[in-house]
Amino acid sequence: MNLLDRTVTFTAALRRAGIPVSTAETVDAAAAVGALGWLDRDAVRAALAATLCKRPLYRPAFDTLFDLYFPPRIGDGVSLEDPQADESGNGAPGEDPATEPGELTPEDLETLRRALRDELRDALRDGDDESLRSLARRAVNAFGSAPGSSGRSWFLYRALRAMSAETLTADLLTILLGDEERGGLAERAARQTIADRIRSFEEMVAAEVRRRMAEERGIEAIERTAVRPLDDQVEFLRASQRDLVELRRQVYPLARRLATRLTARRHLGRDGRLDFRRTVRASLATGGVPVETKHRPRKPHKPELVVLCDVSGSVSSFAHFTLLLTHALREQFTKVRAFAFIESTDEVTRFLRGVDVGDMMARISREANLVYYDGHSDYGRAIEVFAERYSDAVGPRTSLLILGDARNNYRATSATVLRQLCAQARHSYWLNPEPRAYWGSGDSASEIYAELVDEMVECRNVDQLQQFVERLLPS
Amino acid sequence: MSLQEHTFADVADVRERLGATGYLADEAIATTVFLADRLRKPLLVEGPAGVGKTELAKALASAVGAELIRLQCYEGLDEARALYEWNYKKQLLRIQAGSGESGTQGWQQAHDDIFSEEFLLSRPLLTAIRREEPTVLLVDETDKADVEVEGLLLEVLSDFQVTIPELGTITAVRKPFVILTSNATRELSEALKRRCLYLHLDYPSAEREKEIVLSRVPDLPEKLAEALVRVVRALRAMELRKAPSIAESIDWAHTVLALGFDTFDEAAVASTLGVVLKHASDQARAIDQLKLSAN
Repeated sequence: MNLLDRTVTFTAALRRAGIPVSTAETVDAAAAVGALGWLDRDAVRAALAATLCKRPLYRPAFDTLFDLYFPPRIGDGVSLEDPQADESGNGAPGEDPATEPGELTPEDLETLRRALRDELRDALRDGDDESLRSLARRAVNAFGSAPGSSGRSWFLYRALRAMSAETLTADLLTILLGDEERGGLAERAARQTIADRIRSFEEMVAAEVRRRMAEERGIEAIERTAVRPLDDQVEFLRASQRDLVELRRQVYPLARRLATRLTARRHLGRDGRLDFRRTVRASLATGGVPVETKHRPRKPHKPELVVLCDVSGSVSSFAHFTLLLTHALREQFTKVRAFAFIESTDEVTRFLRGVDVGDMMARISREANLVYYDGHSDYGRAIEVFAERYSDAVGPRTSLLILGDARNNYRATSATVLRQLCAQARHSYWLNPEPRAYWGSGDSASEIYAELVDEMVECRNVDQLQQFVERLLPS
Repeated sequence: MSLQEHTFADVADVRERLGATGYLADEAIATTVFLADRLRKPLLVEGPAGVGKTELAKALASAVGAELIRLQCYEGLDEARALYEWNYKKQLLRIQAGSGESGTQGWQQAHDDIFSEEFLLSRPLLTAIRREEPTVLLVDETDKADVEVEGLLLEVLSDFQVTIPELGTITAVRKPFVILTSNATRELSEALKRRCLYLHLDYPSAEREKEIVLSRVPDLPEKLAEALVRVVRALRAMELRKAPSIAESIDWAHTVLALGFDTFDEAAVASTLGVVLKHASDQARAIDQLKLSAN
């Protein structure tokens, strides 16, 4: 397969990962690499990124695929013909003689491990990417493999455990800080630096493992598992802690994007009534002929928003994200009031205004009065309490937004009360973070509630949430 | 026209010449600029505020000795402000001045006159296309403009020509080097992106940021610069509403220098935090997480 073909299969892989690439862009990519040559891998990466990857959202997937399709050194360590010869090729001084890991005695392995860890410490201290990359390669070679049913398998976890980079943090701190005072700002900043470097080393190890897997099994076989879903496709209910932090980081940019788009939509089309005074004033520039008419801006209709959200266990991350988003968009509404519930309901609007968005959920669960009996979701009771205490919050101008998976632990649903609340409100929506296929299965009361509200919307990821918010706000 | 063909010899040349103007480009920036030059395509630079997008265009203009023509986008920007406009007032004057002339002859004369070069107000896009000297056209904050402006840009940027009904089509004698910047407050249209090379500028690596700070604030001791950059990176790792930009790091460096701090300790950071964090909630969070209030 020549490099041009490789580029074309690479674009196909990008499309499979959800990155739109047009034919024109593929042509550009080929022209770009033609202008640069294939000699410098980083330059090739930059060239392909400039022509094929045009949203930051796509970049992680792009990089993963680039490493798979254009690996740094083909054949390193696992060359099929002659592993020994190949390994000596990358023999840096001090490296253990190239032997299959299986042939080493446990003592030898331990010596090798110590040697690698010493080198790793030095490389982390200097932030030297080149030697980190080489270390990642050697660590995976020595510790990352295990014979599997079909050839050798490579394991990220094994390699990471052998190197256990985090345990070097204390040493590194001593080196970086010298005799400076501990516990202060300098230490925190240094810790951050070390953590960044360790993370980038771990990513290098992961990339190396993927590369070897790809050699063993073929690129297509591991492509699907290697590429993480795009950020706006990450499911709320399955998101890891790191995904969630990343998502929350996106709240303000997302809110800003939505707000700009809505304002743009409002500006489209003719505005309100003729502004006679400004029209005459403008006509003076053209000798009294009103060439351009001026109009008064239309007053945008701003709905009132009442958010009622389930903050129990698994759905709380979804509720958190949505609350942050509605708060960030508050200028688009006349009023936003938020209520949280697990078994009982309490108003949480005051936490939205709090200084710190990060630990909002922790404060809600600590300070708000949400639990009545055993701390399991009870939609029926929560709705009743809401109707009893706060029914004045829902008026004819209100959009009522309920967030939750409607998993009610087989308790009563209070359907009548909810029906009445929905009748009071101008609109009522239910955002459900579960896939539509699961609604109504097991203890889910989704089907009952879906009949009562105007619409129950599937809201599994940021993309769907964004679409909903756009629909919610009138132009 | 050797300049028309290639401005830069290779990627290293780009980096060197940008470096000479005080802009430290990393590998990706230099490569992308080089490609934009080679492929003669507009370059779309996107990224958070204050990472040096506009600065790149300025540095590029001075590196290749070209004039920078800037089109600042804003909401409500239209063709008349971006491309060209007839000078109505002057045209009216000309008609009134010529009202003595009689019959169709006079009108014909006036008509030919008022739609000539003299009455044309050239706006940035047209100016850039008509220039014969090397030009860098900077379309700044493209995301602020309305969607229709993108359509206009598409036409201008793909053919480098403008049609004025009364004058005919004006084609670029020498294609300008086009840089568009965007803060990503909205997604630009796919069509526009497809025609451009894309460069995402993000916060730089610690080493590069230190170099940038030192090159902008040369009097700052290296030790302080390093400490400052570390703190800035620690701040960026937090969940803040607005992470500090490079421009703000540089401001911070200036502040630290002006106030004459010897070490960059808790007290120094706490007293000058307002330079980099501009939301009360962000400051509170930083003070809490970096344990600044203890002292």
